[in-house]
Amino acid sequence: MSRTEYIPTYVGTVTKYVFIDSPDFTPQTLVIRAYEISEGLLIKETCFGLQVTGEPEKVKNLIKELRTVDPTHIFVKDRGFPPGDTRRCRANLGGARPGYYGHEFESGLFRYISHGLKELEKNTAPTVTRLGKKKLDEGKLPLNKLVEIINNEEA
Amino acid sequence: MAKVFIFPATSLILSDMVERWGHEALGAATGIRERIQTPSLDSPPLQMTPEDPKKGLKYAAVEVPCGVRGRMAIYGPLIEEADAAIIINDADLSFGCMGCARTNELVMFMVRQQKGLPLLDIKYPETEDEGVAFVTQIKEFLAGLEGEINE
Repeated sequence: MSRTEYIPTYVGTVTKYVFIDSPDFTPQTLVIRAYEISEGLLIKETCFGLQVTGEPEKVKNLIKELRTVDPTHIFVKDRGFPPGDTRRCRANLGGARPGYYGHEFESGLFRYISHGLKELEKNTAPTVTRLGKKKLDEGKLPLNKLVEIINNEEA
Repeated sequence: MAKVFIFPATSLILSDMVERWGHEALGAATGIRERIQTPSLDSPPLQMTPEDPKKGLKYAAVEVPCGVRGRMAIYGPLIEEADAAIIINDADLSFGCMGCARTNELVMFMVRQQKGLPLLDIKYPETEDEGVAFVTQIKEFLAGLEGEINE
């Protein structure tokens, strides 16, 4: 087992992913806007948007400003690792970065969420159908039906 | 501002929804960041040390695989710290090895067992109408938390 000392980097900072799924703006537009107001934050452009690292308050202000570009099509997520970290960066590991598949799946749902946010802004949906939780036995054979089948077999 | 535990803990959509309406999302990133920003012995890739499965003993018995206990060392304290929780039930993306699968079950069980913890049980939208319902429900739930905290 390794017994070397671990000296952390970027202590006291936060890293956030900013995803953009907009018909009007590209990640590049977003990154240029971010650079304009970056205040010394570390910004990395990606294919889906950008990553920003820095003091929590500064990052919060930047994200608040970036959201105004296209509020219903920009999504922000917290990240544990700083950008380019050798333990996570695919440049070192090869293949897709761990966690990419989750982002890929949820990116496919952005269109529904964006639609929901737009409707909410318009406030045109006073009555919405509630999404219940998925029942454990959903789509499965009901118990009473199973008992009925067993009884019929025995008879 | 309430601290809201999200499940799946890596969910991009939930993390965004919670922060969009002024609350703090407690997810995997929170726990991982704490570990990788703390000086200790080198234990790549996630700085999970042999101490973590011991901490996990608070949440899972000793015969439970250490993979589950290690993961619970991240999620357990977050659940305890949370003022509320949002669970997406049909989150197939959180599927993984047995360690992940059992931890997911234990996390959902623990959240539901926490007395007095406001909980929103929901599923991913599959249509635009469900998208409206999804967003509205989360917003209403988070707005309700502000009232509870002020009281």
